[in-house]
Amino acid sequence: MAREGQRYQTFSRRAFILAGAQGLALTALGGRLYYLAIVNGEQYRLRADKNRISLRLTPPERGEIFDRNNNKLATNRQDFSVVLIPEQAQEIAETLTKLGYIIKLSDRRLARVKRTIKRQRKFVPVTVANGLDWDTFSRVNVEMPELPGVETVAGLSRYYPAGREIAHIVGYMASPNEDDIGLNPLYQLPGFKVGKQGIERRFENHLRGTAGSRRVEVNSVGREIRDLPPRQDATKGQSLQLTLDLDLQRYALTQLKEAAASVVAIDVTTGELLTLASSPSFDPNEFTGGISQENWQGLLADPRNPLLNKCISGQYPPASTVKMIIALAALEQGIITPQTEFYCNGKHRLGDNVFHCWRGRGHGRLDLLGGIANSCDVYFYEVAEKLDIDHIADMARRFGFGETFALGVDGEKPGLVPDRRWKRDFLQQGWNLGETLNVSIGQGAMLATPLQLAVMTARVASGHLITPRLIRSVAGYGGHLPDTLMGPAFTRLDVNPLHLRIVRRGMEMVMEPRGTAHDYRRSKTAPKLAGKTGTAQVRRISTAERDTGVIKNDELPWNARDHALFVGYAPAEAPEVAVSILVQHGGGGSSTAAPIGRAVLDKALELNRKPKGADKTQSANTGMAKTAGKET
Amino acid sequence: MGNARMFGPRRVNKNLFQRLRELNWSIVLIIILLGSTGTMMLYSVAGGEWEPWASRHAARLGGAMILMLIIAVTDIRYWMAFAYPAWGIGILLLVIVEMAGAIGMGGQRWLDIGFMRLQPSELMKIAVVMALARYYHARTYDQSRRLSSLIMPMVLIFVPALLVIKQPDFGTGLMIIMGGAAILFLAGLPAWLFAVAGVSIAAAVPIVWQMMKDYQKSRVLTFLNPESDPLGAGYQITQSKIALGSGGLAGKGLLGGTQSHLNFLPEMKTDFIFTVLVEEFGLIGAMTVLVLYATVLGYGLLMGIGCRNQFGRLMASGLSITLFLYVMINMGMVMGLMPVVGVPLPLISYGGSAILTWAIAFGLILSVATHRHVTLAPRGSGIA
Repeated sequence: MAREGQRYQTFSRRAFILAGAQGLALTALGGRLYYLAIVNGEQYRLRADKNRISLRLTPPERGEIFDRNNNKLATNRQDFSVVLIPEQAQEIAETLTKLGYIIKLSDRRLARVKRTIKRQRKFVPVTVANGLDWDTFSRVNVEMPELPGVETVAGLSRYYPAGREIAHIVGYMASPNEDDIGLNPLYQLPGFKVGKQGIERRFENHLRGTAGSRRVEVNSVGREIRDLPPRQDATKGQSLQLTLDLDLQRYALTQLKEAAASVVAIDVTTGELLTLASSPSFDPNEFTGGISQENWQGLLADPRNPLLNKCISGQYPPASTVKMIIALAALEQGIITPQTEFYCNGKHRLGDNVFHCWRGRGHGRLDLLGGIANSCDVYFYEVAEKLDIDHIADMARRFGFGETFALGVDGEKPGLVPDRRWKRDFLQQGWNLGETLNVSIGQGAMLATPLQLAVMTARVASGHLITPRLIRSVAGYGGHLPDTLMGPAFTRLDVNPLHLRIVRRGMEMVMEPRGTAHDYRRSKTAPKLAGKTGTAQVRRISTAERDTGVIKNDELPWNARDHALFVGYAPAEAPEVAVSILVQHGGGGSSTAAPIGRAVLDKALELNRKPKGADKTQSANTGMAKTAGKET
Repeated sequence: MGNARMFGPRRVNKNLFQRLRELNWSIVLIIILLGSTGTMMLYSVAGGEWEPWASRHAARLGGAMILMLIIAVTDIRYWMAFAYPAWGIGILLLVIVEMAGAIGMGGQRWLDIGFMRLQPSELMKIAVVMALARYYHARTYDQSRRLSSLIMPMVLIFVPALLVIKQPDFGTGLMIIMGGAAILFLAGLPAWLFAVAGVSIAAAVPIVWQMMKDYQKSRVLTFLNPESDPLGAGYQITQSKIALGSGGLAGKGLLGGTQSHLNFLPEMKTDFIFTVLVEEFGLIGAMTVLVLYATVLGYGLLMGIGCRNQFGRLMASGLSITLFLYVMINMGMVMGLMPVVGVPLPLISYGGSAILTWAIAFGLILSVATHRHVTLAPRGSGIA
């Protein structure tokens, strides 16, 4: 039994050793806990908060864009969309099919939705349809119990009430480029759009506003659980008013009838652009929701180039509309007087070359005013023979050729004013007299934008250095615009006023009987107009063709037809508005462009006569001030 | 005599009523308290819902406590007689699971027996303790110290341990080996044997490393340097430490644990339930649970020491050491002191087999306490 005692003793001794070891181990556990929770507790509390609290941005409401009469050009509207949260949908395919009974979902759309679902985390909502009307939206809401995982979202999206009419100026919104995503945390918000063209792009920072933020509790996979105070509301962006008159813009576009054409109308006293219409246009609203591939390809493939803002980015030969500049240069150089006469037999010979007048049988004997009124080419060939190209270029530049005006939208082109230096620098050649002859009828190397033509006309009409502007005011700028947008105060043009008066008289005669833009049906009481037509030849006419008779425009393929141009102002005696019309491949300036010019000028005067103009402008400003007040 | 007050009257034969009355009801209460803590934490893990875990845990706890009391008042001689058969049944069940696993898909650890999924590995750890206790009960001190009598215990320990590790359930397998080693130590094996074993284990590490599965290797690597892989396996430990630490002194309150309720923690209803508890009840809650476990542990060891028969001594202390190992390894793991070994926290973690096992274990400890004055014949149970 002594051995039994031994066994018990060994057991108890060892049991106590183990008990002691266990006690030590448990104490160590307690010590570790004390170290974690008390010594380092604060650090771990911060880390736990960092885990669970996430800062989320709330997108700001974008500033609106108004026309001069406070018509909305760009605004924000409720966008009703339907999203699917994959983890809440039991059967995604089935839910989408059911949803398809309410909303029409194309196969391509469905495929895209399914792709997105696969790519994203299961709790991230996937947009199934957006831009829904209220009826459809309500029906989805009613059916929601039958559609697990489907949710309806009412957010704000950009809307252009006058979409096509102002597309080229206001621009459009689209998702930020992949490369830009990192630039701004806002870009990472689903559905966030940025200005891609026009005003929307250039004034992005004004329009966008300031994002708000809210703190949310998130779980380990980033799903939002609840909001935590405090939250900071987003601030609406600043609104902006343009000088455009939507009514005139709309009228001008209807006159263009979808031709590849442009209308620029400018206020002769203030330089405010009333119309910058480029045709054909596109619907900027299509871009907001992501334009379909078909529509995008359609826009790119259209030979009329709908995406181009022809008013400022299109460069065309000014044709006969340049003849005022030639006349002014010649008068200034003393080469001609208003009484100087030339004889036109339809041809002008220079060395071996023959230069033709647009009127094959000639105009007979003409003085300067007759030369302008009839747009006689031979008259200007005669003048050009004695006139240096550099003098023409100098005069053209004084009227805005070759210049851009910092309107506040991208894409302004300078055109081209050819002179000796240009030819030397770019073609390494000397100047030929023949080229001067071509320039004298606005052909050859000379190019101008429709905007420049309108500015030229406004300067001729006013005798002042009219500079165009497009931005009227930016809320938040306190009504004061940055210098580049204000334009300098208009000084007198450095041109003899007497010469200007002669040229203006010539432009009046264009609209009178025997002038190239005379309208015999025009009422005698209607405001008197002044103008100049132009027909820009886009192909070379061979001698053989001249012999057999020049092919009529109607018989040529579209893109070989002449460009039709018209510039003008009204009323002739006290100019208020100047316009330039360009119809690409439209045929003759007299037959195609002049009627549009007359109609737009009359409409502009009519809108100017309406008393609403001044009053509404006033209310527009106060209206904007109110909007600005609400933004804070 | 102080002894009498401590251990109760030296009565050998007691009737059922006496046995029930003499049960240490404080320990029973502590056990119920620990189980109820589990119910409460499972209620929290479910986001303040009784379903699906808390209610079932409570029901199982109730059943398990009745089973525990039945075992506690059952004559210890029955348990001694049942020791080897229990071990045999355990092995049989493990083999069945192994075969079912081979037929089914991958590492299956449980058997569906209708009302519950039984994990034989859980029951096995008790059967091993019982079998070893019985084996050494029949050996004298000198016989126990003989190396030749080490063969049978090695079979008793390693056959089930290897079967369990193969499941694969490395954690439970390790528990069986360590629990068995503790009994060998208490049975009086020469101390130098343990030193030799320690050295051999160190030498075997590279070989074992080769045999380990990838996830087991990554657990060890992660343990050695958790921050090296903050988004992978180390993520769990890092998040667990954040949860433990952010609870502070008094915790974030029931249902207030952000780490747990926002799913930053893994395996919250089983292996990481202690983390949830500490996050919500802080250091105070953690210490309370630790003290409760220490009390039960101490009671088990004390009952072993106070028992008159070697079977009871070894069984009570062996089971109590197994309990200690579970508590230690689970808590050490969630605190980043030990590798992530999938070991549940006794009575608190969710799992039917585990509760059943611990109820049996405590029942056996209480049975030892009840029958501590019974002397048992070296061989056989004394009940024919």
